[in-house]
Amino acid sequence: MTDHPILEVENLCTTFSRGGTDLPAVRDVSFALCKGQVQGLVGESGSGKSVTLRSILGLARHYGEVRGSVRWQGQELTTMSERQLRKIRGREIAMIFQEPMTSLNPLLTVGTQLTETLKAHTDLGRRARRDRAIEMLDHVGIPAAASRLGEYPHQFSGGMRQRVMIAIALAASPKLLLADEPTTALDVTIQAQILDLILKLADEMSMGVVLVTHDLGVVAQTCDTVSVMYAGRVVEQGDVRQVLQTPRHPYTEGLMRSVPQDVPPRTQLYSVPGTPPSLFSLPEGCAFAPRCQAAGPACQTARPTLQDIAPGRQTACFHPLPATQEDAA
Amino acid sequence: MTQTVMKIDDLHLSFPVSRSLLDVVQRRPGKSVNALNGVSLELQQGETLGVVGESGCGKSTLARCIVRLYEPTSGQIHFDEQNIFGAAARKDRSYNRRVQMMFQDPYSSLNPRMTTGDILAEALRVHQMRPEAEIAPRVAELLDLVRLPQDAAEKLPHEFSGGQRQRIAIARALAVEPEVLIADELVSALDVSVQAQVVNLLLELQQRLHLTILFVAHDLRLVRHVSNRVAVIYLGRIVEIGDSETLFSAPSHPYSQALLSAAPSLDPDDKGAAIQLEGELPSPLNVPPGCPFHVRCRHVTAQCRTVIPALRALEGRGEVACHHAEEINQHA
Ligand SMILES: Nc1ncnc2c1ncn2[C@@H]1O[C@H](COP(=O)(O)OP(=O)(O)OP(=O)(O)O)[C@@H](O)[C@H]1O
Ligand SMILES: Nc1ncnc2c1ncn2[C@@H]1O[C@H](COP(=O)(O)OP(=O)(O)O)[C@@H](O)[C@H]1O
Ligand code: SF4
Ligand code: SF4
Ligand SMILES: [Mg+2]
Ligand SMILES: [Mg+2]
Repeated sequence: MTDHPILEVENLCTTFSRGGTDLPAVRDVSFALCKGQVQGLVGESGSGKSVTLRSILGLARHYGEVRGSVRWQGQELTTMSERQLRKIRGREIAMIFQEPMTSLNPLLTVGTQLTETLKAHTDLGRRARRDRAIEMLDHVGIPAAASRLGEYPHQFSGGMRQRVMIAIALAASPKLLLADEPTTALDVTIQAQILDLILKLADEMSMGVVLVTHDLGVVAQTCDTVSVMYAGRVVEQGDVRQVLQTPRHPYTEGLMRSVPQDVPPRTQLYSVPGTPPSLFSLPEGCAFAPRCQAAGPACQTARPTLQDIAPGRQTACFHPLPATQEDAA
Repeated sequence: MTQTVMKIDDLHLSFPVSRSLLDVVQRRPGKSVNALNGVSLELQQGETLGVVGESGCGKSTLARCIVRLYEPTSGQIHFDEQNIFGAAARKDRSYNRRVQMMFQDPYSSLNPRMTTGDILAEALRVHQMRPEAEIAPRVAELLDLVRLPQDAAEKLPHEFSGGQRQRIAIARALAVEPEVLIADELVSALDVSVQAQVVNLLLELQQRLHLTILFVAHDLRLVRHVSNRVAVIYLGRIVEIGDSETLFSAPSHPYSQALLSAAPSLDPDDKGAAIQLEGELPSPLNVPPGCPFHVRCRHVTAQCRTVIPALRALEGRGEVACHHAEEINQHA
């Protein structure tokens, strides 16, 4: 990890306004990503994962207020003009959205959408674009790819549309992939195939990846580092092995424990009590305090900030869980 | 010892593809989606039977047949010794009460303009579960049962979180004191921590009320956790069925093996190689002849291409529909 980071996100804050009230969707998110690195973003629904990705790509500023800094290969994206940003999107930075149907054009064939992407973002000639389109569909596991180029999105099943989206995102060999729940709608068999492809590209083409998911198994199997989000903030981040095996933040620990693995069948599962807070009425102190068994008096009044607790490992908690030997290793 | 509450026999269901009225009227043998291709199983009193399989394999179709939302093309379902599609059972509405379905998306199945209290009261009235005077106290009891606060009765569905809406759906199903619950992707849309709360509730209620549950879900870990037995479906057929722990720790059918190996482990150091399936799920419009899995199977032989393997007991395992189950599992 002596590599320079290609992406540096610093104190990213995104605020939406709803009916005159501010909605703090993302607060002080900071992380750095190196070439070929896969960074996971996990958290419950509404915790700000998608907004973080949209803020990085400069989409959120059209409907919300974005502060902080996003540096892409040294260039500041938050202040960049829309025209310049458009040159980066799709070519250098590609995004896979959570809702595949809304991001494919229903009026254009799948082949056209793929080759148009290639035309816009690469120097490939006509023939080469067609070959590359077939190759990409093949990669994402669409059988008889050549014969399906002429079909429209509605002729594909939901899972296949998602794979087409992935093919389009990856077609121009981007250097950074922002993937929002790319495999959540897919079966495990296809999921394994797509994640393999993303990992292979990260490895062979040194593509950096920010992968949003709520599946901790997917994180364990694909990510190098992970950030855990709660109510718009990162509460813990670091090496994936360390975070998953010895969580230091009570919320991360709760998430890990709720997964039914290594528990006697048909017994009660652990569950984090309560529900996530509304962003409109966040508690004054730590947002997790109402659900936290380790909460003390300080947690009710002050908000913990992200602190280094070990090399490359940070947590935002006044009473972090004890480290075990694993941390020293 | 165990008592069969429901017996499903060779269930077939094909949906006509062309919706043209002419085709229907002329009974033209048009193309059809073969969603169920001979499903047979028995539900035992008090058990949870998990159902897994890839999207489109027929899980929801099976669930919907059981609650008579779909009528099978052929085959039978017996409940309490009675054919549920027979004329006598059709007239007897008690089946609708005794077997309750909870839907994949409770948001669309709960009336957005009715308060939780009204939704529950309506269920009680439809099946005349309680005299009018006892309805309000029973609603309170139901809310308590699924651990919703009492003020929930006055609220509309959109005022609840996803997990709470699932509880309303469970409360509504339980209102009519059913014996069998059909849970189709009941918790799939929920975050893990909330999922655990709903699953805990379901397990607890099952014990208390001696419910029999058919649990359909694509989350394999979750199915393993809640089920006594599990059925693996492929292209509208059960390819393996048996004790949940046995099946998950040692799947016997090549498809079950591939499916289970694809579930990502929580341990970053356990990069257990997923068995890569060749090709993808064939369309139910063209179910391959012979073993429906043969086009993707590593162990395929000539026999597999022509002869449909029957579900049969395998020593030390459950029932498996594969010609070569013995050889395949010898090496495993
Ligand atoms: N009303 C219908 N008309 C036509 N085809 C249908 C209908 N309902 C289901 N099908 C088809 O029947 C097959 C089985 O569908 P089903 O909904 O049972 O799948 P499933 O196993 O529940 O999948 P999922 O995991 O995606 O929920 C699919 O090919 C589906 O497209
Ligand atoms: N365009 C928008 N306008 C207003 N609020 C939004 C918008 N997009 C997201 N939000 C809100 O921001 C919060 C975080 O959302 P999101 O990032 O989508 O969560 P998730 O972690 O599930 O991806 C939520 O409260 C959501 O309702
Ligand atoms: S700061 Fe306090 S309330 Fe927040 S997670 Fe840590 S111990 Fe719990
Ligand atoms: S019957 Fe043949 S094709 Fe089918 S699963 Fe068994 S070995 Fe594979
Ligand atoms: Mg999201
Ligand atoms: Mg379904």
